[in-house]
Amino acid sequence: MDAIFLQFLNGLDKGGAYALIALGLTLVFGTLGVVNFAHGALFMLGAFCAVTLRKILTMQKVVLDEENLTAWGTPTEIRTTYVETWFGDFGTQLVNYSVPLAILLAIPVMLVVGVVMERGLIKHFYRRPHAEQILVTFGLAIVLQEIIKHYFGANPIPQPMPSNLAGAADIGVMMGMDPNIIVYPWWRLVYFAFSVIVIGAVFAFLQFTTFGMVVRAGMADRETVGLIGIDIDKRFTAMFGLAAVVAGVAGVMYTPLLPPDYHLGMDFLVLTFVVVVVGGMGSLPGAVLAGFMLGILQSFASMTEIKAIIPGIDQIIIYLVAVIILLVRPRGLLGRKGVMES
Amino acid sequence: MNFQGIFSMSRKDLTTLVIFSIVVLALPIWLQPFGAAYPDLMQKFAIFGILAIGFNILFGLTGYLSFGHAAFLGVGSYTAVWTFKLFSMNPIPALIFAVILSGLFALLIGYVSLRRSGIYFSILTLAFAQMSYNLAYSVLTPITNGETGLQLEAGDPRVLDSMFVAEEAGLPVSNFFGIEMSGIPGFYFCAIFLILGFFITQRIFASPFGMMLRGIKSNQTRMNYTGFNTRPYTLTAFVISGMYAGLAGGLMAVTDPLAGAERMQWTASGEIVLMTILGGVGTLVGPVIGAWLIKYFENIFSSFNESVLHNLFGFLPDGVEGFVVELTSMFVGEGWHLTLGLVFVLVVTFLPGGMMEGYRRITTLFTGGGGDGDKKAKADDTQTQPAE
Amino acid sequence: MTTSTENVVLHVADVHKTFGGLHALSDIDLQIEEGKTHAIIGPNGAGKSTLLNVVVGRLAPTRGAVVFDGKVLTGKQPHEINQVGVARVFQTPEIFPDLSVLQNVMAPAFAKRDGSFKLNFLSSLDDEHQIRKEAEEMLEDIGLSEQKLMKAGSLSRGDKRRMELAMCLMQHPKLLLLDEPTAGMSRHDTNTTIELLKKIKERGMTKVIIEHDMHVVFSLADKISVLAGGRIIAEGTPEEVRNNPKVQEAYLGGAH
Repeated sequence: MDAIFLQFLNGLDKGGAYALIALGLTLVFGTLGVVNFAHGALFMLGAFCAVTLRKILTMQKVVLDEENLTAWGTPTEIRTTYVETWFGDFGTQLVNYSVPLAILLAIPVMLVVGVVMERGLIKHFYRRPHAEQILVTFGLAIVLQEIIKHYFGANPIPQPMPSNLAGAADIGVMMGMDPNIIVYPWWRLVYFAFSVIVIGAVFAFLQFTTFGMVVRAGMADRETVGLIGIDIDKRFTAMFGLAAVVAGVAGVMYTPLLPPDYHLGMDFLVLTFVVVVVGGMGSLPGAVLAGFMLGILQSFASMTEIKAIIPGIDQIIIYLVAVIILLVRPRGLLGRKGVMES
Repeated sequence: MNFQGIFSMSRKDLTTLVIFSIVVLALPIWLQPFGAAYPDLMQKFAIFGILAIGFNILFGLTGYLSFGHAAFLGVGSYTAVWTFKLFSMNPIPALIFAVILSGLFALLIGYVSLRRSGIYFSILTLAFAQMSYNLAYSVLTPITNGETGLQLEAGDPRVLDSMFVAEEAGLPVSNFFGIEMSGIPGFYFCAIFLILGFFITQRIFASPFGMMLRGIKSNQTRMNYTGFNTRPYTLTAFVISGMYAGLAGGLMAVTDPLAGAERMQWTASGEIVLMTILGGVGTLVGPVIGAWLIKYFENIFSSFNESVLHNLFGFLPDGVEGFVVELTSMFVGEGWHLTLGLVFVLVVTFLPGGMMEGYRRITTLFTGGGGDGDKKAKADDTQTQPAE
Repeated sequence: MTTSTENVVLHVADVHKTFGGLHALSDIDLQIEEGKTHAIIGPNGAGKSTLLNVVVGRLAPTRGAVVFDGKVLTGKQPHEINQVGVARVFQTPEIFPDLSVLQNVMAPAFAKRDGSFKLNFLSSLDDEHQIRKEAEEMLEDIGLSEQKLMKAGSLSRGDKRRMELAMCLMQHPKLLLLDEPTAGMSRHDTNTTIELLKKIKERGMTKVIIEHDMHVVFSLADKISVLAGGRIIAEGTPEEVRNNPKVQEAYLGGAH
């Protein structure tokens, strides 16, 4: 029972990441009708916003101390970060909180990236076959990840979480059990809470603003909305920007859980596609539901007890579910009837 | 239909085949001036050519975009290496098993994936390929040797070889009845399969079957209402295409007896797609040209480094030189994939028909723009017409 | 030819089709006799196209069955229905836009000869002299010989429709279903098409036509069924239908 609960918790953070990426992918597909293979790259770019901010914050001033020589006879280097020199303790805190702070950097950056991507390339593909959309966004994903590789190298770059959130929470104790039965890292809880908040915000935005109303109407029936005379194209550009921001901040917050490297996006993209298909192409609640469901399922599949029965199941469970869903219920869990069902 | 029928070709097809064979067999000669006439690269030319024309049978004719073709390549390689280990270093049994096994694997995956079309098909194939890749790295390690990759070992049984040939010291090299499958002989061995593969593709393109596949791409609804059961057609195309990939994978193992799981990764599938697109989807020679261009430039671009660039741009003033070198270094060496991605984006955006379409556009331009509309209206006459 | 029920080739038996709560077709009972041209007319939204879609297997009826030539078609795939001898011309032409006109016309002949699937990937189209000859004659008949090497997608709309008809005729179907075969055609093309359809009639092919153009209907039909609100409200020879007050009220009255 405890083990099951722990696995359930373990699936939540990964599920949150899947859900956030899948949400953007679905928004873009639902509104623009574009299958965006570069969406994973946006998640990766977000993660590198965090890397960049930390790099900037930890830039160091090097002073040579001629008095104290090292064992090699060279002057000792005294390194201090600029932010600490300038802001003192506040500067230290800035460095400590670099990951959450990077959200502030990621929002404008991702918005610009998203809008440029949509206006510069993707809008030319609205009326072209799905195969060409897949191909061009696949090419774009390669370009983005190779640019990152050029500037940041090929190795994963670990990002520490804020020190006071670095430990683990003994959830078992909170629930009245013995200590050390259900121990769960704080940051994973933070990520789960974060993903729930972002998802909630996106849904609220779509539900309660006029902008959101138009977008939802457009997802249901693009032509009718166009006929009413609303300029949906502009709104859809903004929509693309929003999807990019969601993917980006999801990437920022995920960095302490998984050191980002240039192909992080591709790794997540394939899984997220599967999530979207399982949830139902074009269904936002479906994307969220399937994201968490598959995250949790993956976590259960990696239990030793399960792996003993079916070896390797943790490696393929998500794909297996996708194959079964596509064959049995092609429109996905919550997909509308008739959407891409042929 | 009958045996004679198989070899009866239109004069146009025959001419194409002869020219193609000459070009392939003469690769070691005409690649000299390009500095690309060394065996390893030419073997790649032949192997990736086979891969691309096979992929084209599926994507070019039926329009089904598979994002999991690298899986068949991997199966072919693993099978070939296992055949080497267990039976013989002769490449023929290795290739036969590679083709059969990848064909069976394609039958299985195709049977399931082809129940859907469009992006769903692409995602299904992607899912299957990722599953194979993940399994090859984890549970299937006893078969695939995981991250290290499958290699020959001194203690391999090689049942057939040990009956005829005395065991030699060191690792054996695959040999075709005494001819070692490396260097130039290795290239010619692969080249013969490329020509054979090209010939079969020509036959498919010119056959009623090929026309049906085009019909599926053009209008599946009409196919159904015309009385065709489209699924066996697409499945056959998928299996044939998977067998080509298996052959290519087998040949990779023949020229270098090693098989690793990274060969099955989906970025590898993406490269196959790119080759086909770059050359010209649905055309006969386009995919081969695409494969050659990519392998050629990969070879050139990845060998560039800063010092080569400094030499190249040495004539520029210092400040400018530094800037130009910095800029170009992004695209060469390690950055070759960036170039590849950019080419991908540009080709899909501006020239979805690939080099072959580019060629057609240029010739139309020179043979008088007046007949432009007419020319475009004509059916794509590369092999598609029941010619006189 | 007699008009006894023994000659009924297509029987649409008690077919209902509902979409959600909407009754698109109710109590449809149609008997189409061999060799006859049977027109189905009715105002827009009467359910004509739905009826045709039920016959060719695109839609499954909610209740009832379609029997053709003694075989139950209900539940069969479109290609199986075609293989028993039913061909269809669509309202918006369904052709192979990327193939040449000649290939468009040749393809159906292969389905007729080789069945729904044949693994003939090493034989050559060039050796199919018989089919090619038939296709060229067919194109001659409908006046598309000149365009035979053009991409079918670049034909005019009228030519596409005629080519689609030719594609169906290449299969010598027992039953030909035509969904507004002359819609959007010029008067001249309409007349050519009527002549063509009359010629087929002489060959004894059974036809079901959905048509708006009364000129076409009255020049071709042996029998007419009038559909309104998903029900058959009248049936009979053109003369009977023309004089039926119910029909005049529901349909013709408004149109003429």
